[in-house]
Amino acid sequence: MNDTSTLKPGHIQGETGVWEMVIGLEIHAQISSKSKLFSGASASFGSEANRNVSLVDAAMPGMLPVINEFCVEQAVKTGLALNAKINNVSVFDRKNYFYADLPQGYQISQFTKPIVGEGEIIVDLDNGEQKKIGIERLHLEQDAGKSLHDQHPTKSYIDLNRTGVALMEIVSKPDIRSPQEAGAYVKKIRSILRYIGACDGNMEEGSLRADCNVSVRKSGEEFGTRCEIKNLNSIRFIIQAIQSEAERQVDILEEGGTIDQETRLFDTSTGETRSMRSKEDAHDYRYFPDPDLLPLEFTESWVKDIKEKLPELPDSLKKRLIRDFGITAYDSSILVEEKDYVDFYQQAANGRDGKLTANWMITELFGALKKDNLSFSESPITSENLGKLISLISNGTISGKIAKEVFSEMMKSKKSPSEIVKEKGLEQVSDDSEILKLIDQVISDNQDKVNEYLSGKDKLFGFFVGQVMKLSQGKANPGVVNKLLKEKLK
Amino acid sequence: MSELLDLNLVEASEALKNKKISSLELTKAYLKSISDTSSLGAYLEIVEDKAISMAKESDKKLIDGTARPLEGIPIGIKDMFCTKDIKTTASSKILENFVPTYESTVTQNLWNDGAVILGKLSCDEFAMGSSNETAAKGYVINPWLKNKKMSPGGSSGGSAAAVAARSALAATGTDTGGSIRQPAAFCGITGLKPTYGRCSRWGIVAFSSSLDQAGPLTRTVSDAALMLNSMAGYDQKDSTSANLKMPDLMDYLEKGINGKKIGIPKEYTQDGISEDIVKFYEKSIDLLKDEGAEIIPVSLPHTKYALPAYYIIAPAEASSNLARYDGVRYGARQEASSLDEMYELTRGNGFGDEVKRRIMIGTYVLSSGYYDAYYLKAQKVRRLIKEDFENVYKQVDYILTPSTPTTSFELGKKQDPLTMYLNDIFTVPASLAGLPGISLPVGLDNSGLPIGIQLIANSFDEPGLINIARVLEKSAGFNFLADGAAK
Repeated sequence: MNDTSTLKPGHIQGETGVWEMVIGLEIHAQISSKSKLFSGASASFGSEANRNVSLVDAAMPGMLPVINEFCVEQAVKTGLALNAKINNVSVFDRKNYFYADLPQGYQISQFTKPIVGEGEIIVDLDNGEQKKIGIERLHLEQDAGKSLHDQHPTKSYIDLNRTGVALMEIVSKPDIRSPQEAGAYVKKIRSILRYIGACDGNMEEGSLRADCNVSVRKSGEEFGTRCEIKNLNSIRFIIQAIQSEAERQVDILEEGGTIDQETRLFDTSTGETRSMRSKEDAHDYRYFPDPDLLPLEFTESWVKDIKEKLPELPDSLKKRLIRDFGITAYDSSILVEEKDYVDFYQQAANGRDGKLTANWMITELFGALKKDNLSFSESPITSENLGKLISLISNGTISGKIAKEVFSEMMKSKKSPSEIVKEKGLEQVSDDSEILKLIDQVISDNQDKVNEYLSGKDKLFGFFVGQVMKLSQGKANPGVVNKLLKEKLK
Repeated sequence: MSELLDLNLVEASEALKNKKISSLELTKAYLKSISDTSSLGAYLEIVEDKAISMAKESDKKLIDGTARPLEGIPIGIKDMFCTKDIKTTASSKILENFVPTYESTVTQNLWNDGAVILGKLSCDEFAMGSSNETAAKGYVINPWLKNKKMSPGGSSGGSAAAVAARSALAATGTDTGGSIRQPAAFCGITGLKPTYGRCSRWGIVAFSSSLDQAGPLTRTVSDAALMLNSMAGYDQKDSTSANLKMPDLMDYLEKGINGKKIGIPKEYTQDGISEDIVKFYEKSIDLLKDEGAEIIPVSLPHTKYALPAYYIIAPAEASSNLARYDGVRYGARQEASSLDEMYELTRGNGFGDEVKRRIMIGTYVLSSGYYDAYYLKAQKVRRLIKEDFENVYKQVDYILTPSTPTTSFELGKKQDPLTMYLNDIFTVPASLAGLPGISLPVGLDNSGLPIGIQLIANSFDEPGLINIARVLEKSAGFNFLADGAAK
């Protein structure tokens, strides 16, 4: 009965039965904008503390916010890419609370009238299945600054560089049912954001972070009380945190307890969540429309213009790659994960064997980059050179085996494959007379084996092929070797 | 000296351009006035050196023929306007040593047009008050009936007192619910609150963002026109600023009002309004009628809800706008052992009672569970008040009302906050509707205190407002000088 190995992801076996997770995500994506949402200060990452701070960011008396139109456009673009409703009128609200790294004493956000309404995306699951996840809304808001509590024994330091940086908060519906689905959802959102250039998706630098709402229930029952895990900045942590939080809730419920609605933090060192603040301690944010800002209003035609300028998105690209290049759905989904991959692939595979190119890119190139600890953009092999390598294989200039040798040289030297082949004399030998010479040599060196073969030991054929290839230093065309050997050993 | 002080802004400007006087002598005359009338307490900060150097600069331009519209005119600035390198406190202890590194758009516009700064003028703390008694440094005395220590009104009490006392040729003010018009009425001068959006709010310490509007306090309607010409203008840095060009208001000073329709709202004659004010209100109606205007009784039915709505909306916005005064980045910080304690001590010590009261009211009306009943309802009332005016402006060109229900009152006779709030009863509706209004003196009551009458025009009709105000000013012929004014 308690065989957990048959449980699907997102389900937890308890004493009283199987529990199902219900998950909703709030993704905070930093808009790739040079300046902040309401001020001209730079939004760049990694500057010295308090260097990117304008009078508006520091909330000096009498300073007023002015909306950054570029950021508005990115939010609309994102909404369109999430197949969501664009609200032609939206309103900025003030979310009031006191904290040392919140200079205004309020965050400008959107509460009742967000810029983007409901939408949905399709995520690819590990088992090859797809799932629709609903989007509840997307709104624009300011980021807060950073409090540094470890710089001085009794004081906190404040860095306002992030203060006012533009964020999009993308809120999912509670449609997610497992940590893995949550991971796939974040991956998909990240991919879409990077395609359209609205966010660089850099989770390490905090450009993309997620709050996870988790509850558990028995199948078919109403949603349980949820807890929110704040500020997770990697897909791995998201998966771990959700799993651990769901297990914690199941343990409590199984023991007859109840879940307190609260905000929790994930401790990456223990892999567990801990309470940050309870519902009773929750702030009363006193939201109200920001009187310093006019409502955002767009015309249909402005939205239409943006829609027309959207680049091809991963779902449609995936289908096109399968159709145009004859690759598998699996390979295609890997290639469309990043726009850089697709661009690279399309250049390399253009006019060549699409399947072979996909194999070389996914297996060899990705593998080699991972081994050398290089990011994709740091690849020593260009799309042009990978394409040339594929051509050399396809037209028989080199064998697959030699190609691997050439490939590792390309990784080291960044040279073009033809250059390497020429330098090292690695062209495949397909000429009959050349190969026959080698065959004759092998036969004369191994007369005893030839006799064994001729007397019926067929398995030795492979040995002769190997010997010929070895003698050719791998350059002989294996097809031709096979054909000529068969004739010779008749 | 006296002859210099006798010149109003327009006259002084003429005299400067005709080189009958220099800006330096004019500015020095006003600096002397400031010192002669210092017991009134109108100025928080006097910038004598800067005034002198600006005046010299102006004199050069007057001589070389490159004079600008306000060249060489010495003015005072309400302490709500941030002035670069000059202490700006909003009359609050929490900003007692705050020196901005930037200049508000409105004051910059004035300097760009050649005006000379004399100093910063006291006001109610964060512009919250109607008597100038909430100022951290203490009240300002109205130059009228000087020895009785009357209130100059508020919140632009320092500005009104300085203009009435002739220690500034003109002054800037800000008006949220009547803070220009009410003190102008109390001090026997002209105060104009433009249409919301006409003047940039950038660099003005915010009280209630959806209501705050800068405007001039001057001796005459013409002076107000000249000042507003320079103060107004679209500003990209203020998203609520109107991208509309204002016509030259000086072109509207000598036009008649024959055939213009003037609405007399029945809701503005109520119990508690002083008899003398009623008398001068009726007289003003007659004067305008004599000038050819058609008088039309109108109704603004939601008027009685204006004050309650105002005292929800303005504190709500203020509670949020004043959150930034937390002792973290600037202003007076009280050291403490925790962040929360630091907030409590800093804000507890830094804000005065009236400001605290409004922060608490504002916090309350925005709180979860009360928002709908208070803030949202007040916003609906505001909409209805706006519609009242829109309907009336289908029938009339201007609305005429008293500026205040009473003339000035004695300082220090502590009034309860609610009675104090009633001072704004006639000015608040136009503020909620965002409409331009002007208060001008039309007479004195039986104790010798000035009486102000308010004219309200339709949105962005400042030219029309100047036109009719000038007509009323001429026919009322108010020509008195406060006993506390510099001679």
